[in-house]
Amino acid sequence: MACFIVPATEAIVTTVIQKVAAKKESADNKKSGELKLSFADKLKWLNGMLWGGSGLLAFEHVWHGEVTPFFPFLTAANDPADTAEMLHEMATSGSAMAILVTVVWAGLVIVSNKITASDNKSEKKAGATA
Amino acid sequence: MTLLITVIAAVVSTVIWYSSEKARKLKTGVLLYMFWGASLMWLVDAVVEYLESGAEYFQPAAADMLNDTFLGLSVIALALVVWVIVLLVKDPTGALKSAILDKKAKSK
Repeated sequence: MACFIVPATEAIVTTVIQKVAAKKESADNKKSGELKLSFADKLKWLNGMLWGGSGLLAFEHVWHGEVTPFFPFLTAANDPADTAEMLHEMATSGSAMAILVTVVWAGLVIVSNKITASDNKSEKKAGATA
Repeated sequence: MTLLITVIAAVVSTVIWYSSEKARKLKTGVLLYMFWGASLMWLVDAVVEYLESGAEYFQPAAADMLNDTFLGLSVIALALVVWVIVLLVKDPTGALKSAILDKKAKSK
């Protein structure tokens, strides 16, 4: 009914966090002079999946007539019983969608951290033998 | 069916992104985000529906399947349009810029 609103809301929050982190990290990197995959870069992956996914889901809701281009935009908002059902769906399916995407992103971050760590180790080894 | 089509699109675009440096330069990552994000979200929808209706979930009516297929293909078309817009706006290879500048130079 409107489950995509939950991941879309998370996308707004993570986008703001990403912008703030990017500013802070670029200032820090200028000081230290080192180049690495920053937290802001990793947050971009989460933003992309959340915005992309909720955008395509919003299209699906338009397709099924659950979202309209005129007020109140959600057809379920016209009837109190439908509104209650919509809120329940947002709390269950919507939250589960946001959590699943975030968990998958966390997995990607762990994998990328491991790849970076192993690359750093091999660079150190190469430096020691040279 | 929509989930299935989106997952296939996600896998195909991932393989293209992984195997071709040119594809990575052409911002195919945008497609990955959209397809994988939507696939994960529709997976949740599918699990909820399965929990509600059981094995019936796997035997959809022909009309529903046709509509879902149409929706899945439309979703892919929409994602491709978004990708093309991103590609033209970001213009990573400078092709659009040079095409416009060429026309401008010829018109002089």
